[in-house]
Amino acid sequence: MNPATSSTEPVDAPLVVGRTTLRSRLLVGTGKYATNELMRDALALSGTDCVTVAVRRVNLGRGEPSLLDYIDRARYQILPNTAGCYDAKTAIRTAELARELLGSTWVKLEVLGDPRTLLPDPIGTLEAARELVAQGFDVLCYCSDDPRLGVRLAEIGVASVMPAGSPIGSGQGVLNPNAIRILLELIDKPVIVDAGVGTASDVAAAMELGVAGVLLNSAVALAREPLRMAAAMRDACRAGRNAFLAGRIERRLYANASSPLDGVIGGGVIGTGVGAKA
Amino acid sequence: MTAPTQIEFVLNGESRVAPAGATLAQLIADLGLRSELVAVECNGAVVRRAEHAQRRLAPGDVLELVTLVGGG
Repeated sequence: MNPATSSTEPVDAPLVVGRTTLRSRLLVGTGKYATNELMRDALALSGTDCVTVAVRRVNLGRGEPSLLDYIDRARYQILPNTAGCYDAKTAIRTAELARELLGSTWVKLEVLGDPRTLLPDPIGTLEAARELVAQGFDVLCYCSDDPRLGVRLAEIGVASVMPAGSPIGSGQGVLNPNAIRILLELIDKPVIVDAGVGTASDVAAAMELGVAGVLLNSAVALAREPLRMAAAMRDACRAGRNAFLAGRIERRLYANASSPLDGVIGGGVIGTGVGAKA
Repeated sequence: MTAPTQIEFVLNGESRVAPAGATLAQLIADLGLRSELVAVECNGAVVRRAEHAQRRLAPGDVLELVTLVGGG
């Protein structure tokens, strides 16, 4: 066997959220794409197998192609959200309608505080999560990055705690990685960073913290080249996950040579080489 | 007194009329919607798809007809 040949690829466990198993740790939204075709192709390049959708009143004007015509349901798990709901009651009704539409009991719960910040309302979120869990939903719960709120949601029995890295669509990345790290220590449910991703390094940085996955939408849909960005997100998610699993080295103040210190010509003595001062 | 030939109801926030006795399934078909892509809430409670053919509109019903759209 040629000792210079190697083909080892690291393996990873799938992401299990409630009763659903996902191969990819990237979850991708279907909003804001210029066309349905662009969305379809971006989803494919992202490598995701879970896509989010929203529930809205039907357009009574005229027949339009449905989003679902562009989503291969054999390939993707469809995760309906309760985006746009500002109270627990509306979010619960929306989840119930989503269950009727898709025939599945998983839902991304969002109960928002106000339209300008779109920050999650923690009290309404907790109320709605409790009711939906009691109804048998697998609740993937969008929430703020407060670790104690995450603990309370995990105790209620949500399938995943999904803290916002930063406000929805803001592209600021994970603003408080320490809060995410603490949350990861406090609960054993999968933590998925949801919202705030701006670019690939945000995904990698989040995954390096040890979160189970990242959910994004605008960063791909609104990129100058959504398809290229979708591929970048796919690679960043894998890179960050592998870096987390591999275990990074400690940060040091001083250098630590990679090459041997011994055996340098001239004895490796500082200031004796050609051109050195006598 | 004769029974009214039309009933008034609210659909997605708009006042509408339908022939008396119309079912949810007929309403969905009349609107040109694909029934498998529509979920119906009547007066705050989901009406399962299997019941659409039997469920008749009643005067004053408040309906929400929803579908799935792009979102995060």
